[in-house]
Parts: sequence; structure tokens; C-alpha cells
Amino acid sequence: MSHAANNAPTVAPGTGTHNQAAIVLDKVNKWYGALHVLRDVSMIVGEKEKVVVCGPSGSGKSTMIRCINRLEVHQQGRIIVDGTELTDDIRALDTIRREVGMVFQSFNLFPHLTILENCTLAPIWVRKTPKAEAEELAMNYLQRVKIPEQAQKYPGQLSGGQQQRVAIARALCMKPKIMLFDEPTSALDPEMIKEVLDTMIELADSGMTMVCVTHEMGFARQVADRVVFMDRGEIVESGTPTRMFEDPQTDRLKLFLSQILRGH
Amino acid sequence: MSQTAVAATTRSTAVVERPPPGVLGPLAWLKSNLFSTWLSTAVTLALGYVIVRIVIGFVDWAFVNAIWHVPYNAQGVPDTSVCQNAKGDGACWAVIVDKYRLILFGRYPYAEQWRPAICVLLFIGLYVVSAMRRFWRKELVLIWIATLAVIGALMWGGILGLEPVSEDNWGGLPITLILATFGLAFAFPLAILVALGRRSTKLPAVKTLCVVYVELIRGVPLISVLFMASVMFPLFMPPGINVNKLLRAQIAFILFAAAYLAEVVRGGLQALPKGQGEAADALGLSYWKKTAFIILPQALRLVIPPLVNTFIGFFKDTSLVLIIGIFDLLTMGKVALSDPPWQSFSTEVYIALAIVYICFCFAMSRYSRGLERELGRAHRR
Amino acid sequence: MSDATADPRMAGARAAPKSRMRLSWSDPTFRSIIWQVVIVGIVVAIAWYLVSNTNRNLAARHIATGFAFLARTAGIPIGESLIPYNPAEDTYGRALIIGVLNTLKVAVVGVVLATILGTLIGIGRLSRNWLMARLTGFYVETIRDIPLLLQLLFWYTILQGLPAPRQSLHIGSAVFLSNRGMKLPLLIWQPADTWALIAFLVGLAGTVIWNRHARAKQDETGVRPRVWPVALGLLIVLPLAVWAVLGAPLTIELPVLRGFNFQGGGTISPEYFALLLGLVIYTAGYIAEIVRSGIQAVPLGQWEAAGALGLRPGQILRRIVLPQALRVIIPPMTSQYLNLTKNSSLAVAIGFQDIVSIANTTLNQTGQAIEGIAVIMAVYLTISLSISLFMNWYNAHIALVER
Repeated sequence: MSHAANNAPTVAPGTGTHNQAAIVLDKVNKWYGALHVLRDVSMIVGEKEKVVVCGPSGSGKSTMIRCINRLEVHQQGRIIVDGTELTDDIRALDTIRREVGMVFQSFNLFPHLTILENCTLAPIWVRKTPKAEAEELAMNYLQRVKIPEQAQKYPGQLSGGQQQRVAIARALCMKPKIMLFDEPTSALDPEMIKEVLDTMIELADSGMTMVCVTHEMGFARQVADRVVFMDRGEIVESGTPTRMFEDPQTDRLKLFLSQILRGH
Repeated sequence: MSQTAVAATTRSTAVVERPPPGVLGPLAWLKSNLFSTWLSTAVTLALGYVIVRIVIGFVDWAFVNAIWHVPYNAQGVPDTSVCQNAKGDGACWAVIVDKYRLILFGRYPYAEQWRPAICVLLFIGLYVVSAMRRFWRKELVLIWIATLAVIGALMWGGILGLEPVSEDNWGGLPITLILATFGLAFAFPLAILVALGRRSTKLPAVKTLCVVYVELIRGVPLISVLFMASVMFPLFMPPGINVNKLLRAQIAFILFAAAYLAEVVRGGLQALPKGQGEAADALGLSYWKKTAFIILPQALRLVIPPLVNTFIGFFKDTSLVLIIGIFDLLTMGKVALSDPPWQSFSTEVYIALAIVYICFCFAMSRYSRGLERELGRAHRR
Repeated sequence: MSDATADPRMAGARAAPKSRMRLSWSDPTFRSIIWQVVIVGIVVAIAWYLVSNTNRNLAARHIATGFAFLARTAGIPIGESLIPYNPAEDTYGRALIIGVLNTLKVAVVGVVLATILGTLIGIGRLSRNWLMARLTGFYVETIRDIPLLLQLLFWYTILQGLPAPRQSLHIGSAVFLSNRGMKLPLLIWQPADTWALIAFLVGLAGTVIWNRHARAKQDETGVRPRVWPVALGLLIVLPLAVWAVLGAPLTIELPVLRGFNFQGGGTISPEYFALLLGLVIYTAGYIAEIVRSGIQAVPLGQWEAAGALGLRPGQILRRIVLPQALRVIIPPMTSQYLNLTKNSSLAVAIGFQDIVSIANTTLNQTGQAIEGIAVIMAVYLTISLSISLFMNWYNAHIALVER
């Protein structure tokens, strides 16, 4: 059953102006050995657009998002981030990684550095910011994620929710244009999920371009301009959150929604 | 530049599986593993050249030009001039052919050497049986006791019509295996006691004793413990009682091994969750029952890989008895070389000895690694 | 943490009642005291028995006790020593000190070389080049399966199989390798060399200061001035310039073949060389595994997070991965250093005169076995306790702060 639901040739409608594409994926293919994990994935994310990617495990959503900042390498197709194409060229990679921030499922804070040092490390060594300025910037963002008093502590002393918020602040200190989130709340205890989601909502409201892999459908409804559903390595369906949740077109999306929305 | 913003909704399920472009296949493997960057290519070529040269040279020396037999004159003395002439070009494996029984069994009477040979097989059998997980039951202790008793009977003789052979005439591989295995057998219970003592909170004097013992032994080289045994034990005994040389070395090994094994066991005891002991206490078990039935079985299972690794270390350490004059495998190698016709062929003898040690140690370390993986998997599930 | 006096649960609290021990088997404290008395009593009884036997045996064999022998003339010929020694005049005490110095000579050099070799091999194990990874893996596997004593004997035999001094292998007329050891050119120390050394130390201090200045500059402006050209200038050019200005004297004593052996120059004896070679190759195998597992212990997420922030691989290694890897590497590494030092006692099997060898000769000559062995154990215990203390300090100092 094929429906030409969203075959529009231009970027899907969403809030805000989309003059230039922030991320372009054009027929991206990736294999792990013989396993075909990304199949002809094509997607455009506009500036200030918030995209939520969802799907069952093994669908390739994390792989796709990790290809965007080249934590994974794609074998076919093109990826263009903020006007620069991702190739083997190191300089292109450096440029892209400066503009793209990433928040991981397992936080990945540096355990031997204080929270403040975690946040100032990259601005000092990559953007060559003077130390005082970097620290001021870091305190600013720690304030924004609501934990400025933890600046001198070590990651091991913080709760999971606090660590993830620090990870968000750390990524923001590089003043990226795009923020990628790879299942940011999946490793958190339930009572800490809200504080991280609130931070992400505030970030979205401030106009950041975001691509977020998550299972939190409430967050998607509130914040996303577009929801993309992936299954078995390909993008199956996409559209506004309202349309996707209330009027799923494909059987696979219907099955997925029935599995995760039971009780919602 | 793509026109479509989003991929079409459903594809037909009969989409053709595309194989990855040039990612599979031997050529691709070569490219990514050996020639991926300029540096990698250079390294591959350099190492490849060196390896090929060395391997060809070694095969030439060890097999192609090697001499396996030398002629004997009327008195049975070998004439090694052929070997001497070939020195540097061909290995003189004739030394092994001539001396292998001396190296393997020492000065054990020639006609009775089937007995130590059977003992070696019994030892290997014991190791293999202990390694198999289905035998990890209490009965294993009985198997050990029985096998060691049979080995003792075979080596000493004097019963069942076997000719008695004093331990002064034992030598070679059986001595190595005896020192290692009996060492482990006696050191293990001692190590468990010391580890428990070291963790004891209620008996501080015992804890101090155990700490002093372990730190003392672990802080000094094995040689000094062997010296201490061979030189000081006669002084410790009342006049008239003579402690056999082999026994002295064995006791030294047991004391040495127990200290190291105690640390390994202590690691296992520490790794066990406290809740296990608490549950046993809550059930009303006494200290010894709790330790024997709950704590030790689990703690020991946790540290079997490090235990095996420690045993491999001891197996190699038995070679140190060369220095106190006990005839283990390595010592017999040197004794064989002291025979004038064969004096200049130490390389061949050492290589042969190395092969024997490698066989034992490699098998054991392979086993330990496989075990680690298996146990790790079981835990994760 | 909250101040105890502010805790409301402490208000109006009473001191805990003292428990008194009852003289009965059901009291745990009483039981533990009895057990300890019994066990310590047994150990003391056994020790007493052994000591009294020993005294009797020693008296029967007319062997002295005590350390008076340390002041007697030794008469032990010692092949190589770091301090001057005359067998006809010097005491046992001096001979033993030379033994300790020889042990340290092997241990310190061995530790440095084994660390370098082991680290290189450990990194090689992690290489993406299949050949390199397999080859280093083969090395590590095989070296650890052969007893160290066998390896030492093997290397010693190889070195003894080298040609006689008259037919030595040589590099130019400066370095000679024969079965009497390796002969190297010896630098005769001149005053100008002392000045050059002082200049080097000054340069070292200067480099440290420049490093600090660079860091301050970076904190201030974000741009870090180059450190390595300044370091190069201070550490190499400066001492060389000082040395050249003072006349550039280069007095090198070359080994010269006279008769059957060489005169002059520096010597590395075959015993020392064989011991060092065997120890370094053996220990490097273990160190390689420690380095490899230390680097692999740093979770992949750390590499990824640092990369996602834009840090270059070199920066990631220096600032994120190595600090974490070193925490995992250093404890087992110091344990291997201790093993190398203890393993150097095998010198007695190939004729290198370390403390064990000399103490062994001493106890054979004086008959005072207990004192001799006590000396050996005391030396090694001192070394191992120092290393343990350092380890404890390091672990406490560097531990990751957690709640």
C-alpha cells in the first residue's frame, strides 16, 4: 500500500523560515560488513527546524544521526552540513564538528575534569577562547541548564539528570548551529527525565536547529516541527507530529505507535 | 542535490538487497587492514620483508639443513663432528635424539622410566579433568587426592612389586609437574585460610599475622625463599632429622604459592556482594558453614581465570630450582649439555625445552581466556 | 556534608552505653580473644621450637651469629662494580653494598627500557594494521609462556657465542661486540662538559618557565605561543653553544685492541647485557598487555564525545584518554616494576654479581646462612615496601572523585 503522503519536492512545512538547509542527506547508504543499515536515506533539515526521529530499535536512527557528525562513516550518498560536504577531508570535518553539538545517551562527561573544566575544554582548545571568557560562557550555560552551583564538582558526584544537563551545556558552549540528541533520556531514571526534557524544550524555544532521536512522544508533540519515522534502515514516513500520531499512513508506523503509545 | 525532501512512504517489500560496494571480499580486507594509509603500507612491507627473511632462515636452519642423527663409535660415544661443521647452518637435533630420555626423566633407572612417563600422563589428565566444568564438584577433591597418591606410589615404588626409586634419582619433567601440582594442591587450602584470616575483623591478631606473611613473601624474590628453604630448613630441624632436598624445595614452593594465591582469593572475596554474607547470616548459618557453603564457592568461581594465570606463573617458576641443585626439566637440559660432545649445542636444547614449556603454558592460558569469556557471558545474562 | 551539630537528630542525644565483656563462651569478644590467644600461641610455640633447634645446630657446627662478619675482609672477586673495590682489603659490608648497587643498576635501566619497549608493543597491539597487531600479539603470547630463567640462559649463550675480541663485530672503530662484552667509547669528562650540563639544567628550568608563560598567555588571549622551538633552543642549542664557546673539547677514549682484549673505553659485560636483555624483553611483554588494556579501558564514548566537540585526535589523546588510561595502567605497571626488580635476582644463574649472588657467596664463605638470607630479604623488602607506599599514595592522590 503506497500512499504518496509526503512526496513534496520541497522541505516539509514547519514553523519558522527555512531559507537555507542546515543538514542535507542525499541517498545515504551505510553497511556494517554485509548488513545494510541505512538504505537510501534522504532528508533535509532546515534552519531552526526541530526534527524528532523515532523508530524501533535497529532501525538505523542512531546510525543516521551519528553519520551527521561523522562518528560513523557512510559509504554512499552525500551529507552536507551547514553548506560543507562531509568527506574524508579533515578540515571539512573540523569545520562541521565545530558547528554541530551532540548529546549522548550515556552522557560521556570527562570524569577526571570538573564540570566547569568539562565545559571550557573545547572552547579553549578548539575555538582558542581566553580562559576567563570561556569560564564566563560556561557559567552562563550552566545557569541556563539550572545547575551553576555544581561547577566545581566532578561528574561522579552528580546524578544522571544533572550529568545530562551538563552534557547539554558542554555542547552549547561551543555555540553550535545544530544540536544532535541521541536518545538523551533513555539512560535516566524516570524522575530525572523531566528536568532534561525541560532543558531541551527551552533550547528549542530559543531557536536552535535540533535533530533528536527519542522515544519521548510528549516531547515530540510539544516541540517538533516534524517527526520522521525510520524502520529497518529507511525513512518510512514523516510529517507533523499531529498528523503522524493521529493519522499514521503506513502499517509499520501504526504498529510502532501501538507498541509505544499503549497507555498514553 | 536531492529534490525530494523525504523518501517516499512505503516501498515495495521486494526491494533488492544491495551488496556493499567493494567492502567485502579478500581485496577489500587487504586494503583496510594492511594498506589503509601510507604509513600502514610502509609498515606492512617492512614487517613482511623482515618476517619472510627470518622465517626462511629459521626453516633452513631448523629443518632443511638440520642433522638428526650422528654416528656412534664402538664405545657408544657419539661423533659430533658433522654437527660441529654444520654449526650456524643447520640445527643439531641429534642432541635431542640422543639425550631426550635424560632430559625428560633425569637419572631415573632406564628400565623403569615407563613409570614417570605414566605419571606425566596422569598429571596432564588431572589438569584436563579439572578444567572441565562438569567436574567442578566436591568429588574433584577426591579425584585429586587419588591421582596424586597413585603418582606418588608410581614414582617411589616399593609396593605392588615396583622397584623402589629414591627421590634423589627423580628428575626432568615429572619433577617440574610434581613441584607445580603438589605446590598448588597444598598451597590452595592454606591460601584460602590466609585470605579469610586477612579479611577477619574480629581477630586482629590473626589478621596481622596473615598480612605480615603475605607481604613478606610477596616482597622477596622466589630465589630467596628457595635459599631459605634449602639452607635454613636443616637448621630448623632437631639434630638427626634430615629433610630431603626435594621436600625442602616443595615446602618453599607451597609457602610462596600460598601468599600469591591468598591475594587472588582475597580479591574474589572482596568482589562478592556483601549481601550474600548478610543473607547467610540472616538464615542463621555459623561462620564456617556460611564460608564453606555460600561465600567460598562463589568467590572462587569469580577468580578462576586469575588463579589459572597464577598457576601458569608457578609452572614457569619451578625452573628456578636449577639454582638450588634440584633436577627439574630445565636443569636436566643443562646437565645434558655438560656432556662434552654436546657442549656447544645449547641453542637446540633450549629451543626444545621452550617448546615443552610453551605447550603447557599456552594451553593453560588459552583455557583461562576462554573461561574468562564464558564466565563473563554468564554474568552478563 | 551537613554539620553534625546542626543535625536535629543529635539534639538531646545520649552517649552510647559501653558494653562490658562477660567471661563466658557466648560472648563474642571473649571468644575472639581466646581464639587469638590460641592461634598466636601456637605460632609462637612453633617459632620457639624452630629457634631453639637453630641455636643448637648453629652451636654444634660452631657457626657464629650476628653481623660482625660485615667488617671482615671479604676476598670475593667482583667482576663489575660502580664504586672502587679491592678484594684484598675491602669488607663484606662493602661487597654487599656493591651487590645492592649492581641490582639497582640492572633494575633502574631495565625498568626504563622495558617501559619504552612495552609501551610501543602495547600500542602496536592496538594498531589497525593486521600484521602489526598479530606480530605484537605473537610476541606477547610467546614471551609469557617461556620461563624467564630459560630466556636468560638462552641470551647468555648467544652472547657467549659471539666471536673473540680479536674478531669482534664492530661499528667503525668505536663500538665492538664480542664474547667479552660490548665496548663503547667513553667520554672523558672535561670542565667544559660540566658547564654544558649546567647550561642544560638552566635550559630545563627555562623551558618550564616558558611553559608556564605559554599557559598564562593562553588563558589570557586564547592563543598559545609555540613551546617546542623555545624548548629546542634552550635544551639543545644553549648547552651546545656554551660547550663550543669553551673550546669544544671532545675527549673520547676509544677501546683499543691490545693483545687478547680491549683496553680503555667503556664496557658492558656479557652478564649484565644478557640479564638486561632477558629482563627487558620478558617484562615488556607484560607491560604491553597492561598498556593495551589500559587504553582499551577508556570507554569509546569518551573518544566520541571529545571528537564531537571538535578536538583533534592528538588533543583527545593527551587531555581525555591518557589521563584516564594512566589511572588504570599505573598500578599494575608498578607491580611489574617490582617483578622486574625481584627477577633480577636470577642474575646468580648467569654469573652477574647482584646482591643475591654476593650474599650467597658471603653465606657460603662465612657459614652464616641466616644473616645472609636476612640481608637479601631486607634489601628486597625495602624496595618493595617503597614501591607499595608510592602506589598507595598515587592511588589516593589520583582517584576519580565520586560520591
